[in-house]
Amino acid sequence: MFRTILIANRGEIACRVIDTCRRLGIATVAVYSDADAGARHVCMADRAVHIGGAAPAESYLRGDAIIAAARATGAEAIHPGYGFLSENPDFVDAVEAAGLVFIGPSAEAIRKMGLKDAAKALMVEAGVPVVPGYHGSNQDADTLAKAADEIGYPVLIKAVAGGGGKGMRRVDRAADFAAALDSARSEARGAFGNDAVLVEKFVSRPRHIEVQVFGDGTHALHLFERDCSLQRRHQKVVEEAPAPGMSASVRAAMGAAAVRAAEAIGYAGAGTVEFIVDGGTLDEDSFYFMEMNTRLQVEHPVTEAITGHDLVEWQLRVAAGEGLPVAQDALAIRGHAVEVRLYAEDVAAGFLPATGTLAALRFPEGLRVETGVREGDPISPHYDPMIAKLIAHGDTRDAALGRMARGLERLVVGGTVTNKAFLQALVDHDGFRAGQVDTGLIDRDLSALTRTPAPGGAEIAMAALAALGLEIPGDRLQGFALWQGVGQPVVLAHGEDRVMLNVLCEGGQSRVVSGGPDGPVRLLWQGDAWWVDGRRMPAPLRSGALVVVPSGPGHAFRVIDPLDRDAAAGPGADVVQAPMPGLLRAVHVAEGAEVAVGDALAVLEAMKMEHVLRAERAGKIAEILVEQGSQVAAGDALIRLAEI
Amino acid sequence: MQIRSKILTGSAAFRENEAHHLGLLEQVRAAADTAMAGGGERARARHVARGKMAPRDRVAGVLDPGSPFLEVGLTAAHGMYDGAAPAAGAIAGVGRVAGRQCMVLANDATVKGGTYTPMTVKKHLRAQEIAEQNALPCIYLVDSGGANLTLQDDVFPDRDHFGRIFYNQARMSAAGIAQIAVVMGSCTAGGAYVPAMSDVTIIVRDQGTIFLAGPPLVKMATGEVVDAEALGGGDVHTRLSGVADALAEDDAHALALARQAVASLGAAPQVTVARQTPEAPAHDPAELLGVVPKALTTPYDVHEVIARLVDGSRFDPFKARFGDTLVCGFAHVDGWPVGIVANNGVLFSEAAQKGAHFVELCSQRRVPLVFLQNITGFMVGQRYENEGIARHGAKLVTAVSTTSVPKITMLIGGSFGAGNYGMAGRAYSPRFLWTWPNSRISTMGGPQAAGVLATVTRAQKEARGESWSAEDEAAFKAPIEDQFERQSHPLYASARLWDDGVIDPRRARDVLSLSLAAACNAPIRETRFGVFRM
Repeated sequence: MFRTILIANRGEIACRVIDTCRRLGIATVAVYSDADAGARHVCMADRAVHIGGAAPAESYLRGDAIIAAARATGAEAIHPGYGFLSENPDFVDAVEAAGLVFIGPSAEAIRKMGLKDAAKALMVEAGVPVVPGYHGSNQDADTLAKAADEIGYPVLIKAVAGGGGKGMRRVDRAADFAAALDSARSEARGAFGNDAVLVEKFVSRPRHIEVQVFGDGTHALHLFERDCSLQRRHQKVVEEAPAPGMSASVRAAMGAAAVRAAEAIGYAGAGTVEFIVDGGTLDEDSFYFMEMNTRLQVEHPVTEAITGHDLVEWQLRVAAGEGLPVAQDALAIRGHAVEVRLYAEDVAAGFLPATGTLAALRFPEGLRVETGVREGDPISPHYDPMIAKLIAHGDTRDAALGRMARGLERLVVGGTVTNKAFLQALVDHDGFRAGQVDTGLIDRDLSALTRTPAPGGAEIAMAALAALGLEIPGDRLQGFALWQGVGQPVVLAHGEDRVMLNVLCEGGQSRVVSGGPDGPVRLLWQGDAWWVDGRRMPAPLRSGALVVVPSGPGHAFRVIDPLDRDAAAGPGADVVQAPMPGLLRAVHVAEGAEVAVGDALAVLEAMKMEHVLRAERAGKIAEILVEQGSQVAAGDALIRLAEI
Repeated sequence: MQIRSKILTGSAAFRENEAHHLGLLEQVRAAADTAMAGGGERARARHVARGKMAPRDRVAGVLDPGSPFLEVGLTAAHGMYDGAAPAAGAIAGVGRVAGRQCMVLANDATVKGGTYTPMTVKKHLRAQEIAEQNALPCIYLVDSGGANLTLQDDVFPDRDHFGRIFYNQARMSAAGIAQIAVVMGSCTAGGAYVPAMSDVTIIVRDQGTIFLAGPPLVKMATGEVVDAEALGGGDVHTRLSGVADALAEDDAHALALARQAVASLGAAPQVTVARQTPEAPAHDPAELLGVVPKALTTPYDVHEVIARLVDGSRFDPFKARFGDTLVCGFAHVDGWPVGIVANNGVLFSEAAQKGAHFVELCSQRRVPLVFLQNITGFMVGQRYENEGIARHGAKLVTAVSTTSVPKITMLIGGSFGAGNYGMAGRAYSPRFLWTWPNSRISTMGGPQAAGVLATVTRAQKEARGESWSAEDEAAFKAPIEDQFERQSHPLYASARLWDDGVIDPRRARDVLSLSLAAACNAPIRETRFGVFRM
């Protein structure tokens, strides 16, 4: 076994790897960018090496700097985590050329699975079922359209070099094919520098079921499946294992196919074979190979939960040449596990990535938590805004989902908006609870899932206390009046709504909040919390003008400061601001140009998404305030408009 | 030493007393409710419809969240001016603003347009007096049409009339006591000097106006036709005239600006009295209603009252065995160290000497004094006059008059004759003077007064050889007794601001605590007593 390894990653996965290393007595070396100098993974590691600037290209994607750090610190092996350099075969070559061990598959195996059409051809040879489709090198538009006709609509256009949903389009009718092809190609070109596409059968009510495999370079075994059908824009949101409704025979067939796939490329280490499965049938003939991820997956903890094995330990053992720790028949499924991904994102604003400082971060007991941040840490605009993965394990699926639901209720995050309420809605979704999952579930029910439940009178009352700094009990004379006290006025904003409230203190341990939707609410301090009508209220969190009452899905309020008059007037439509942190990828207009309402002014790229910023009124471009290619923060002024 | 109560809280007497005092409290509460309602629901609705905050909401809005508000003169003008001036058209009291104790004084424009009746002037001056004595920054929430013209002879000319307000502002400003005005409505004629004389003035746009003469008077005087806003609105005064310093968009904004002005006053004065951690009394203050007898004429032990006001019911008596009709001793009220002087019967020479001695001690040690007044007067009669009770009484009056330590007086029963003087009555400038609903205040009791007058009258008649039947004498005495009873009633007294308010005895401890907190805001000077007649 290794004595020291370097982890070429950051965030929760770096922390996750360090956890196992600590248990196995392996020293760890972290690498970090300017933005991560005090990050959790840096603090957890035995040593840490600074490798460059905040942008990934200046740090976590710099293979040379990482290898140099490994050599300087005496690390024998490099764990790549996921993302960044984890599936970069050139990096693997460089690591090995430096005399170090790459904890993962060979460069050759990564290359074979890297290009989707070649990978599929390889799989067909190995007897792994694939979705009917055109994977040819002739990229002529007519040829592709004809292929689509032959496969039969609906079809899916996918970038050959793609991933993460980029360069992917669903087409339902022949008439739409040409336009969809153009758009998929341009997106692929921008993202991968390669606009080659493939066309394949679009599977209806598809489920995304993947099989965890492990290889020693020759032989492979599988650790059962995970169902990752709950996706939004091809991004996984909830993952579980085993897959609901999976029969032993289909599991065996899928496992065998996945093992064949891994062995076909001489796979070593942890990998995942993704299948698209027809949700209507789920039989031995209705699963198709999609791709193989040649790394440890984000969602690996659910597999760990149901198998009782530490996959990072397996990776280390295999990489150290110890071979696979157990045989296939020694593996069994124990209970059910589910994972949700908690993100700093503004669901109401269309899942925009959010930033902020985690003023409060309290994880519930009873769940496994994988996180790279602590209370007080910033959510950096430079990286994925995932705050944590929460994993619930139970004897049954119901028990696991129940634990997750209770855990999410008690989860407290302050200082940024999160997708917590969305996750709660998903976990409570009737169809999902019943095991009726497919990759279209979230999109179909998006409005219900993202509906913000209105806060009740008790929640509003708690927010009002926090807004006035009255959320802690006071002394006997608080709110004293000879006969009848007069409450303190306070104005709160909740979304678009404004509510004017009045908080009356009747001594230090009794408050009456009036003006809310349910009439006057009396709060009594009992023990260590405020109680409303027999309900113990969670402590509200205040950071700046934001108050979060973490009950139910969590309710966020903004405190309206009566002094904040200039800000209330706003910059008006004269200034186009960045709606979120990101990279200003393109500016479509020049100074002096006249624009009409709705004209595209600029493109902001944030977290894999391109957001077009449009003119909210007609005008003339007076000034472009930020250079194309700059990283901008939410609220930064980008373009100034003037009257024509 | 902890006072051991001998009161049986389950006794019939206790319950009867309690029921009696609850009845008295109801009268006071009704008067308080009337005062707090201001000009009534219709006037209030009109006021709020103009985008203005209700006067009490304004006061709450300028205070810190959860701040106590020690209101003074709530029932001022009660029963006066045909009941048309609830609370004398103003709200005044001590509260915390930006962490600092302040005097807040708000006009109530729902009462006669916020104009100043004689009692309004008196209330304003009393609020300023409290501010000056206790070094409390003043925040004036102005919304007033100025002097009430129909009552102008009792508002304008005298020393303690309207002009005194501005004199006080100048004097307090000179003493470093901040004067902050928020103009939230009219501020006309003399009233214009409230903002003009302030250190910092905030005015609300399209709502506050300041001018020496309003549009009608301008037209009368010069023929100029001008609207109020152009004559003296917020925009004019913050942009052109400089009469006001900051322009607020609305009431809430203006109050926030006033809070900000207080926050930038610099460090608050150091409290010169060391407060210790408060401790609840061992005997519940709520029991006071059952402890105090129904009739003023029924004697009871004032230690029972002290036990329900002081921390841990602990009392360190001074000269317990000497002059025992005056109870003196040290204690803490809600953590504040105090010297208590309480009546336990009529004042004799020994008691007066003891009281003077105790006031000297407290002055030496800079311990605030609390007077619990329940006094029928100094003892009369040949023996007492001959031993010089007037001389001994004068010692107490001299000590009480000239001590520099804060005095808080509470009328818990009778306040008659020279006893009122020796026990820091209004004329002796206690920092605060509070009364209980059962208290009475007059030169002497009604029956005594009627008896004195009847005796004199009978003597005159008999000298002239006339006769006077018992029926005639009774008919002569009845209206005198009635007059004394009416005029000695605490609501009658409070209406005229002879005190700062009638309070619920169950909250006497809280009121004392807040009064002491306000009083200890000002540094305690060294005392220099006058000549004691030895």
